[in-house]
Amino acid sequence: MESTPTVAAQVTDGRDDRRRQVVRRADLDSLVITLKARGFEVIAPVRRDGAIVLAAIDSLAALPRGWAADQEPGRYRLRPAAGGALFGPGPAATSCRAFLRPASERLFAARRSGSGFQVETDDPPVPRYAFVGIRACDLAAVARLDRVLKGDRFHDTAYQARRDAAFFAVVDCREPASTCFCASVGGGPVAAAGYDLRITEITEEGHRFLLEPGSAAGADILATLPGIPPDDATLRAAGRPAAPQARSLPADGLAGRLCAAAEHPRWQATAARCLACANCTMVCPTCFCTTVEDTSGLLPDQAARWRRADSCFTLGFSYIHGGSVRATIAARYRQWLLHKLATWHDQFGTTGCVGCGRCIAWCPAGIDITEEARAVAAAPG
Amino acid sequence: MNIENLEKILVEHPFLKDLPVDHIGTVVGCASNRVFAAGEFLSREGEQADQFFLLREGRVSLEVHSPNAGALRIETLTDGDVLGWSWIIEPYRWHFDARALTRVRAIALDGKCLRGKCDSDHELGWRLLRRFARVMEQRLQSTRLQLVDVYGRRKEPAREHA
Amino acid sequence: MPDTAPRGSSAVVVSPAAPRGGPDPMIPVPARILKVRRETHDTWTLEVGPVEGDLLPFAPGQFSMLYVLGVAELPISISGDPAETRRRVYTVRSVGAATAALVGQPEGECIGVRGPFGAPWPVEAARGRDLLLIAGGIGLAPLRPVLYHALAHRDDYGRVLVLYGARSPRDLLYRKELSQWGRERGVHVLTTVDYGGLRWTGNVGVVTTLFRRVPLDPGRTTAMVCGPEIMMRFVVGELETRGVGPDDIWLSMERNMKCGIGLCGHCQFGPMFVCRDGPVLPYRRLRPWVTRHEI
Repeated sequence: MESTPTVAAQVTDGRDDRRRQVVRRADLDSLVITLKARGFEVIAPVRRDGAIVLAAIDSLAALPRGWAADQEPGRYRLRPAAGGALFGPGPAATSCRAFLRPASERLFAARRSGSGFQVETDDPPVPRYAFVGIRACDLAAVARLDRVLKGDRFHDTAYQARRDAAFFAVVDCREPASTCFCASVGGGPVAAAGYDLRITEITEEGHRFLLEPGSAAGADILATLPGIPPDDATLRAAGRPAAPQARSLPADGLAGRLCAAAEHPRWQATAARCLACANCTMVCPTCFCTTVEDTSGLLPDQAARWRRADSCFTLGFSYIHGGSVRATIAARYRQWLLHKLATWHDQFGTTGCVGCGRCIAWCPAGIDITEEARAVAAAPG
Repeated sequence: MNIENLEKILVEHPFLKDLPVDHIGTVVGCASNRVFAAGEFLSREGEQADQFFLLREGRVSLEVHSPNAGALRIETLTDGDVLGWSWIIEPYRWHFDARALTRVRAIALDGKCLRGKCDSDHELGWRLLRRFARVMEQRLQSTRLQLVDVYGRRKEPAREHA
Repeated sequence: MPDTAPRGSSAVVVSPAAPRGGPDPMIPVPARILKVRRETHDTWTLEVGPVEGDLLPFAPGQFSMLYVLGVAELPISISGDPAETRRRVYTVRSVGAATAALVGQPEGECIGVRGPFGAPWPVEAARGRDLLLIAGGIGLAPLRPVLYHALAHRDDYGRVLVLYGARSPRDLLYRKELSQWGRERGVHVLTTVDYGGLRWTGNVGVVTTLFRRVPLDPGRTTAMVCGPEIMMRFVVGELETRGVGPDDIWLSMERNMKCGIGLCGHCQFGPMFVCRDGPVLPYRRLRPWVTRHEI
């Protein structure tokens, strides 16, 4: 994908402009009201604890209007932002993953009975999340998780249920954070498909939003909002290209070059900086590793089994027969990078990275995945 | 390093002690000076064994890597030792990892080059092979005694009681 | 988004554990321990039967996830006869708290079983060829089902060669069966130990020393190897030296497993999920990765 994709290209690519509607800022509040009336819990970016995170909202007033996040390697700071846009630059610090795949889930409870044991599974109602204000990288990440968790013989049925019940209203990302590099991995900054609603925010000459349905559910919701067909000025404003991104992942044959460099000295150098704190795996929207934990109840003969989020950066992750296979931090960092950018291709047919840049900002050592990939994949000097 | 210095080092190395001068002259044509930093590998299991090393200074650990236990050390080699005979025996592949424990200075000998020279000069080949045979016998004996575990507590009685 | 649920209605209730096309693979099925037999000083064989219904059939080389209520769950290779449908056999080495809990379950007690999972030994593709089974220690357990299968379909295979090595005579598994198999037509069984002790009159040496005693036709041999990883690497070296190609050498790999179904990420070995692409894998796929450290 080019580094400066144009939204304008999509305006003239044959999409049915009659389906697009312009909604004024004052009228956009109905979107949240309607979604809630339909039984959705609306999840959107909010300002909390010094960061912009996804959380449940009751109205658009909860959105961090007037705030933006400055992101650099190992640095995240909120700052006041001029312009009054509802949706600021770059994605929220958290992603849909925390909602679609909670960190802790009970798989079953078991109780010993006379002839063996009984297994009881929970049947809680599946939450219906409506994500409003997520970005193309978040959508791309959901597509990655779909491939992993429901694309092969065995499915994560709980993830599948939550994800199939969800509604996605994605916002065009016009201004990236400095840590963003979605354009170089094909994950954005504009979503081409996979959404129920697509929102483009325009602040010049009247604060308004161009909405486009991407599914029957999205068209259904859009039909409840007071909107008018877009005029040429709106289409021009919406069609301006997104700002270029400072970072990028090298493209040509990256996966093969990384695998061939399993013994590269760079791994040792990076290991000296890496704390194996697992922050990157916690903020990454495509990381899917879990573990299982067995617990006993207070009463005898009762037990439960839980699935919990896990990280390949922990020493115990690769433990067999009295020792860990990946004992050194270098091996664990290499595992994460090679999996995300190389072996994911062998396993699932695409890269595992969507270019959201969260791992760069939230790494306390400021390790930059694009810089590491470039260094390891570079032809030997 | 020039040829004269290399020749001098070869002559003085215990492995090539008493090798006739003209044979030294043949061998030096396949020799080069090498330095390894601590932690660098001189050989990796499975790789093509195209050379062997006369260790001059430093310590080298002969290892095999286990997934759960890490590097298992088999033996340590040091000044005056020779490392590597897989260049003589097909399929010419290293069987173990050899890792420099300290900074190591060694003379690397090109195995392919030397095999060629031994093919045409059988007397050179015979003399080198005898030296390697002695080293192999020493290492095998040592390994066998390690296996017997003379320090360990016996789990079974060592001999029948009357 | 795919419209799978009616919109505009009140909250839709979907069971998260509802099976789609079969039982939930993360839920263990109760099974009763029918028999516990001690094989060696640290190894036991469990025979397990279903509490209700039938056991799912398995292919040689597959494993189950065995669950001890409230304690732990372990991946254990199935080591019995695939033709046996009423009981399932597992040979377990007790090395820590979890395996000790498993082998400590009394007869009559129930454990949970998930599976069978994993890619099996290529017994179908090897028809018409010689089988060369090379095992180290507990590695004979996942290979035993191949032997049962080959003996039950004797005419489908050429020679059957078993090379088996263990640390000492008291670590050898299935000794009686090994000598029985060695008496079958066209079956050769050779065993060796690292430490012989006083009474052992058999071979002493690592398992690779047995190669020189077996005539090998490399063009029509399928080699199946299971044991400690270092042992498997050296065995492969011998096989390649004798002309057996990387598509005809199969290894049973092992890594940390939590789910057994390719979703938890723990068992990755390079690009391969050992629980799903393996545990049985052809050497051609393994070769770029096996000599790398900490993969």
